[in-house]
Amino acid sequence: MTLNLTTTAKTFGDGTKALLPTNLKVNTGEIVSLLGPSGCGKTTLLRIIAGLETPDPGGKIWFDSDDVTDLPVERRQVGMVFQSYALFPNMSVRANIGYGLKMKKLPKADIEARVSEVLEMCQLNDYAQRAITALSGGQRQRVALARAIAPRPRLLLLDEPLSALDAALRETLRDELAILLRKFNITAIFVTHDQNEAMAIADRVAVMSHGEIVQSGTPEELYRKPNSTFVASFVGSAMHLAGEINGSKLKLKGGEVSLPADGTGCEAFVRAENIQINKNGSLSGYVDTVTFLGTHYRVGISGVISEPITSIFSGNKVPKLGEKIRLTIETQSILLLPSKA
Amino acid sequence: MFRSKTKLLQLTVTLTACAFLLIPTLMSVLAGVTVNYFKGVSSGLTFKWVLNVWELYADSIFLSLWLAIACLIVTLIIGLPAAYGLARHPGWLSRLLEEFISLPLAVPGLALALALLQLYGTLSGFRTSWTFILVGHVLYTLPFMVRSILAVLAAMDLKTLEEGAASLGASPWQRFRDIVVPNAMPGILAGALTVVTLSIGEFNLTWMLHTPYLKTLPVGLADSYASMRLEIASAYTLVFFVLIVPLLMAMQWASARAQRIAQ
Amino acid sequence: MTNRTFVLTCLTPLLIFSLAFLAFPLMRLFLASVEGDNGWAVYLDIIRKPRYINTLVLTVLVSLATTFAALAVSTTAGMFLVRNKFRGRNILLSILTLPLAFPGVVIGFLIILLGGRQGLINQITPGHVVFAYSVLGLFLGYLYFSIPRVLLTVMAAAEKLDPALEEAARTLGANPFRVVVDVILPGLMPSLIASGAIAFATAMGAFGTAFTLATNIDVIPMVIYTEFTLSANIAMAAALSIVLGIVTWILLLIARSLSGTTVAAGG
Repeated sequence: MTLNLTTTAKTFGDGTKALLPTNLKVNTGEIVSLLGPSGCGKTTLLRIIAGLETPDPGGKIWFDSDDVTDLPVERRQVGMVFQSYALFPNMSVRANIGYGLKMKKLPKADIEARVSEVLEMCQLNDYAQRAITALSGGQRQRVALARAIAPRPRLLLLDEPLSALDAALRETLRDELAILLRKFNITAIFVTHDQNEAMAIADRVAVMSHGEIVQSGTPEELYRKPNSTFVASFVGSAMHLAGEINGSKLKLKGGEVSLPADGTGCEAFVRAENIQINKNGSLSGYVDTVTFLGTHYRVGISGVISEPITSIFSGNKVPKLGEKIRLTIETQSILLLPSKA
Repeated sequence: MFRSKTKLLQLTVTLTACAFLLIPTLMSVLAGVTVNYFKGVSSGLTFKWVLNVWELYADSIFLSLWLAIACLIVTLIIGLPAAYGLARHPGWLSRLLEEFISLPLAVPGLALALALLQLYGTLSGFRTSWTFILVGHVLYTLPFMVRSILAVLAAMDLKTLEEGAASLGASPWQRFRDIVVPNAMPGILAGALTVVTLSIGEFNLTWMLHTPYLKTLPVGLADSYASMRLEIASAYTLVFFVLIVPLLMAMQWASARAQRIAQ
Repeated sequence: MTNRTFVLTCLTPLLIFSLAFLAFPLMRLFLASVEGDNGWAVYLDIIRKPRYINTLVLTVLVSLATTFAALAVSTTAGMFLVRNKFRGRNILLSILTLPLAFPGVVIGFLIILLGGRQGLINQITPGHVVFAYSVLGLFLGYLYFSIPRVLLTVMAAAEKLDPALEEAARTLGANPFRVVVDVILPGLMPSLIASGAIAFATAMGAFGTAFTLATNIDVIPMVIYTEFTLSANIAMAAALSIVLGIVTWILLLIARSLSGTTVAAGG
C-alpha cells in the first residue's frame, strides 16, 4: 500500500504547532523511520496517520487511492505498536493477538489459524496461553508486534517500539525487528529518537525537527550528504568546527585546515572517524580523555577549537593523557553546511 | 516482648479500645439468645427470640435485601459508565461533577432526606413507593461505586489501551465492553460490596423516607429498640450482625485488592 | 458514534440522576428555609434564639471531645499495630474495624447495653450508674463510631512513614518521646487533621446514635428532626440542615484534600 500525505498539519488546542504542513509519500513495502528529538512532532505525525489525531483542515491522508482523512482509527485498518505496548491485561497472549481478527468478525477457525501462524512467525508459540503480566519486556514487545500484524493491516505503525527495553535487549531486538518487518513484507512507519535504530531498521529515514521533515533519504545519504547543520549533528553526531572561514581556508584555535570548497556563508562539520592523530598534522591539541572501546579508542582532545572534540584511534601507540598531539582532518570529509539564519 | 513502658501503655490503650468496641457487641449477641437477660445466662439459652424476630420483622429483612440488590443494579447502571466518562475526560468539569455527586458523603442523610421530601413529598404515588427509599440509598451509595471504579481506571493507562483496541478495529462500545469493564472488575467488585453493605445498614435517610408499610431492617431495629423487650431487640441486632459482618469482611478484602491493583 | 459522544453519553445517566435527586432537592430545601414566616431571618434565629445557639454549642463541644478522644485512642492503637507484629494482631485489628458497618442506631443500642438501666456498668458497680441517655453516653456512642474510621486513616499514613526517619532521629540522639514529637507526629499530621475533620463532621451530623440516645439532649440532628416532625417548623429544619450540611461538607473537603481518602461518613 502507498501512503500519501499532503499539507497535513496539527495545531493543538493551546495554539502549539506540533506539526507544520507536511507532505510525505511512503511506497508499497517501504519501511520509513521518522527520526528526531523529543517534541519534534514525529509522534504527532504518526498518530495523525493512524487516525488517533485529527489533522488541521486542509490536510489529506491517502491510503492508495482512498481518502482516509475522515475515517476513525478503528476503520483505517492500520496496525499499531505502542510505546507502552498497550497489551490488554485482561486477555492472554493468544486473545490479545486474536482481538483484531475478532473485531473483523472472522470465523473462529480462521482466527485460530491466523493467530497460530503469527505466533509461529514471532516465535511466541510457547507463550500463547500466558497472561500478559507473566511476560518479559522483550516478549511483550513481540506480542505487541504480533497483535498489530495479525489482522493484516494496510499499514504498520510503530511508536518508539524499543524504547521501553533495557540497552542490551534493545540492540538484539533491533535486528530481530528489522528481520521480522521484512518477513512481513508490509509498508511500515516507525518513530524513534535513536539514530542507530532508524539506520538499522529503515529503508528510508525522515529526519524531523520543530514540526517538519527537514531531510529524507537513505541512511547513507543522510550520513554523507546532510542538508543542514541539524541533520549533520543529529545523524552520526558530526562536530561543529567553529572558527574563521576565509574562502576555502578555515582558521581554528589549534591551526588551519583546507575546506573542500569556498565556505563563505557556511559552517564546517566533521565526524570523529575523520579526525586522525598524525605527527605531521596541521592541527595541535592536548589529550583529555582516552576511552578503550574494544576495537578502538575514543580520544577526547582539547585546544583544537574552544570545545573538546573527539577522535577515533585504532593504532597501537595509545596517546597519553595530557600529551600534546598533532591531528589532520581530510579536506574531503569536511561537511560544508549553510549557517543557520 | 512488650518490655518498654511506652509499649505497655500503647498495648493498654489498644486493648481498652478493643474491649470498648467488643464487649457491648458480645453482650448484644448473648442477650439475643438468653431466656431472661435480667436474670443472666443462668436462665438458659434459647432461639425463641430469634424466631420471634423472624415472625415480627421478616418483611423488613426482605425489604432491605431487595433494596440492596436494586440499589446495586441502579448504582452499576449509573456508576459504571459515569466512572468511565470521568476517567476519560479528566479536567475541572469532571472534578466538579465528582465533587458534586460526593455531597451525600458529607451532607448528613437527614438533610438530604429533608430535601427529597420537600421536592417529592407531595407526589404521593412516588412518596409511598419503595422506589422513594431506593432513591435515597442510590444517592448515598453512588459516590462509593463511582470512586471505587474510578480509582482502578485512573491507575491504568486507559487511553493507550483504548487506542490499542481502536487500532485493531474496536468501536467505542466494543472497547468499553472488552477492555474497560474487564479491567475495572476489581473496582466494580469492591464498589458493589460497599454499596450492598451500606444499603443494608442505611438508617439516617431511610428513617425519614420510610412509610409504616415500608420498614427496612435498620428502621425495624430502631423500632424494636424503642418498643420491644431487650431480648428481642438484641436478637434482631444479632440477625443484623449475621448479615452485615460477612459483607463487611468481603468488602474490606475486595477494597484492599482493588487498592493493590490501583497502585 | 464518535468517541467523544460515547464518553458524554456515559455521563448522561449520572447527570440526570444527580440533577433530579440531588441538585433540585437541595435547591428546594434552600428555598424552603427562606419561605417561612421570618424569611431570611431564620438564619439569624439560629444564633439569636437560645434554644438553637445552645444546641449548636453543645453539638460542637460533644463533637470536639469525640474528635480528640478518637484521635488519641486511634493514633496510639494505630501506631502500635503498625509498628509491632505479634500473634493476635490481626484479631485486634478486626475487632477495631468491625464497627465500620454498624449504623448509628445499632451503636446507640450497644451504648444502652453498656450504660443503660439494664446495662453492664449498672450491674457490676454498686449504686445506680446509668449514663447511656446523658451527654456522656452520646459522647461514647460517637467515639464508638469514630474509632474505626480514624484508625484506618492513621494506619494507612503510618504504614507510609519511612521507619528510617525514626532510626535516623535515634542515631542523632533523640529519645523515644522526641522521636514521637519531632518525627512521627509531623509525618502523621495531614492524616490526623483529615481523620479529625471526618470524626468531627460525622459527630456533628450523626442522627442514628442521637435518635436512640439523645431523647432528652438537644443536638442539631435531633432538633432538625423534632422541628420537622413535631413542630412542623419546616423553615427552621431546612435552615439548620443547610448550615449543618455546609459545615460538614467544608470539613470533609479539607479532609480529602489532605489525605485523599474517603471513609464512609454517614451510617
